[in-house]
Amino acid sequence: MIVAERKPFQEIEKMLEPYSKIMILGCNECVTVCATGGAKEVAILASQLRIRRKSKDRYIEIYEKTIERQCDREYLEEIKDTIDGYEAVLSLACGCGIQFLGEVYEYITVLPGVNTTFMGVTERHGFWTERCQGCGNCILDKTMGICPITRCAKAIMNGPCGGSQDGRCEIDRNTPCAWNLIIDRYKNKGMMDRYMEIMPPKDWSTARDGGPRKMQREDLEI
Amino acid sequence: MRLSYPANIKIIRIPCSGRMDVIHILKAFEGGIDGVCIVGCMEGDCHYLTGNLRAKKRVEYLKKLLYEAGIEAERVAMFNVSSSEGIKFAEIARGFTETIRALGPNPVKLKKHKEG
Repeated sequence: MIVAERKPFQEIEKMLEPYSKIMILGCNECVTVCATGGAKEVAILASQLRIRRKSKDRYIEIYEKTIERQCDREYLEEIKDTIDGYEAVLSLACGCGIQFLGEVYEYITVLPGVNTTFMGVTERHGFWTERCQGCGNCILDKTMGICPITRCAKAIMNGPCGGSQDGRCEIDRNTPCAWNLIIDRYKNKGMMDRYMEIMPPKDWSTARDGGPRKMQREDLEI
Repeated sequence: MRLSYPANIKIIRIPCSGRMDVIHILKAFEGGIDGVCIVGCMEGDCHYLTGNLRAKKRVEYLKKLLYEAGIEAERVAMFNVSSSEGIKFAEIARGFTETIRALGPNPVKLKKHKEG
């Protein structure tokens, strides 16, 4: 899932300063699961903004709405009759949703209410960690299902580096060394011989370095 | 016991302090309430095991949300009182009312705003 964090309240407040009639649009997918931009968070932010504006004697009208997904046209259609009435839309979706909303409704001011942070997992309720960088060329088969691109601070292909101590990364004692995890798994499976294979440098052209990516399935296109 | 506590306190019953959500309290402040005191059972005595402990964490989160919105965090507090402690409840009610009175009215009510 895509994990995002809500922007600091002051930043949001400053962004909304010129407006008095806005829509706060949540997204029912990833940002709902990471408790950042779902219906509940929309309600909380709207309430905070109303309190703030009322105490500054600057009334703000806020329409709270959450749609299934902001990264799909069919769900964005849902707000086509209501969006026109608002001066701006503050989106609590990830960066994809915010941008797509702005593309579909070009004439509306679309503002971001969250900082999109990473693709990750829910380790436990209330705790999310990064697992994938979307490099476009998965090597998990060679690294025992642990991604050194994402989980190693240096993203090295043959590790660990000298900064690995007691299974921890030198950047932060609470961060496990990805290569230590990989080696432990090799050992547990009795496959240490595979660790001895040197991996060649990674071709980054499939990652962000190759420019914005796209995927097309002509058989699915209508 | 015929204990008295300030008449301006409105008691809202919920099944467990763990039922309290931040949005309930935010809405109350939006509506102009001056302070909210969440009273749960003693820690370790929760009938639902961890309801009051979760409420405690939510109150901390709520304080942050209110502070961001320009409302003093002291306007919200949580206390743990058992059902047999009427005297303690009355004391807390009096003390909390005094704290809120010292803070003055909710800033939402200070200005005359035009709605609608």
